[in-house]
Amino acid sequence: MLSQDARDIIYNGLWKQNPGLVQILGMCPTLAISNNVVNALSLGLATAFVMAMSNGAVALVRNLIPHPVRIPVFILIIAALVTVVDLAMDAWAHPLFLVLGIFIPLIVTNCIVLARVEAFASKRSTTHSILDGAMMGLGLTGVLVTLGAVREIIGKGTLLSGIDLALGPMARDWVIPIIPHYPGLLIAILPPGAFIGLGTLIALRNVLLERQASRAARPSVVTSQ
Amino acid sequence: MNGSPYILSERNSVTVVMLKVLAALVPGIIAHTWLFGPGILVSLLLCGAFAIGFEAFILLMRGIPLKPFLSDGSVLVTAALLALALPTLAPWWLYLTGMFFAVVIAKQLYGGLGQNLFNPAMVAYAALIVSFPVYMTQWAAPQYLANHTPTLLEAFDLVFSGGGSISPDAYTSATVLDTWKTQARLGKAVAEIRGLPIFGWAGGRGSEIVALMYLGGGLLLLWNRVITWHIPVAFLVGIAATAGVLHGIEPTRHADALFHLLSGAALLGAFFIATDPVTAASTPRGKLIYAALAGFLTVIIRTFGGYPDGVAFAILLTNVAVPFIDAYTQPRVFGHRNGGKT
Repeated sequence: MLSQDARDIIYNGLWKQNPGLVQILGMCPTLAISNNVVNALSLGLATAFVMAMSNGAVALVRNLIPHPVRIPVFILIIAALVTVVDLAMDAWAHPLFLVLGIFIPLIVTNCIVLARVEAFASKRSTTHSILDGAMMGLGLTGVLVTLGAVREIIGKGTLLSGIDLALGPMARDWVIPIIPHYPGLLIAILPPGAFIGLGTLIALRNVLLERQASRAARPSVVTSQ
Repeated sequence: MNGSPYILSERNSVTVVMLKVLAALVPGIIAHTWLFGPGILVSLLLCGAFAIGFEAFILLMRGIPLKPFLSDGSVLVTAALLALALPTLAPWWLYLTGMFFAVVIAKQLYGGLGQNLFNPAMVAYAALIVSFPVYMTQWAAPQYLANHTPTLLEAFDLVFSGGGSISPDAYTSATVLDTWKTQARLGKAVAEIRGLPIFGWAGGRGSEIVALMYLGGGLLLLWNRVITWHIPVAFLVGIAATAGVLHGIEPTRHADALFHLLSGAALLGAFFIATDPVTAASTPRGKLIYAALAGFLTVIIRTFGGYPDGVAFAILLTNVAVPFIDAYTQPRVFGHRNGGKT
């Protein structure tokens, strides 16, 4: 079984401290790349990979880094890992690399990566740090994919369009037409759709939490009456 | 809307003000029906019905009583303004999407009447022209140009089932602003463009008369003290001055001021859209700055932008500046020196 610490880390990353919906960090890729599921999933997984690796690397050397220069050191470590992802994508998923373009190198500047390194990995053990990076990354990926799916369905009426870019030409038929003969709602694909969609997701999360809270509070309300 | 003191009475309740605004739109709607066919009645009806539906739905969701908020008529004004800003005879879902953006996103998500930052009808217009540029530029042709103007029944058929046998070319045409834009891009001279059959004595043939009817309705609103003179005058002066300067610099490329005043949504915007008491500046000096800026931006967007008409974008952009403008134009309080100090 997982220790209580590990379970807390997983719960925090995926839900309670979710980067996309609660910390509102990493907005640049969340808003820019969530225009369809394939882009969102690829960039989300790339970010999660970088986060797990950078958290692990920093936790390993955390006692060797002089405190005043820690931020530049963190950034260098993150940048090296992002370069690895960038080159790997260029080599093995070139069409996807072309679509995601500048947003892969930009993972370096994504606040959530540095935020987890600074807030978590520089203080905790290596295994916990890797878990935290992966879970925060997957939490962000979850938001990206949900937002990407909503925007793709509303904007284009399909799911998984562009999957052949990630998995090669054999996947071209995997695109799922959700609504046939859909005229398309371009605004959902364009930046305003990202803001409206993310706002709606945050609102839905708050409604859910409010429902839970009121359900938990109900017995005491009844007795007090 | 004026500064305090406020007198609350039946005479200036929200409902009465909104009904007056709707009444002032009637001459324009009649002219529109007469010159462009009864399609506008269909879109007004649809927008109104969708607006009430969305408003009721959100009010129910928010647990707010329906009757006082639905009967204040504000949502019908939004619906009417959007219907007048959209092409007629478009598919029904265009009006549905538009009213969703206007009522749900631009108005109710911000907290309902009085809370919204942006003019709901213009948010909807912007969302639609960004999303459906093709449908948003197919306007019903004026009766004298169309091979066939759809009757009321045919209009319903077109809106709900696409009409089937009738080709859109038979009853639609580009607007004057659109024509101007494409012809100017092709390098045609002003005189040549003005000779096209769609142009009237100053603006578009037909649409200039509708615009003048909006002017008449707007003057009724002024006379009834629903609006003050500041916004319409500053908006129109902003348009005329900007267009005049551009025309003065390059008369062979840019249209004159009168054309800009009488085409597109300039007059509708001046009296009915820019004057929205919720989203416009509220201090007298602020109103002048706000509206002049909107007028200036309208002509700039029309001339150099990618979309034919700039009223919607200009008003949305200046809506953003309203809190800033209001903060710096607070009038002197009686008994105080300027700047609020005693």
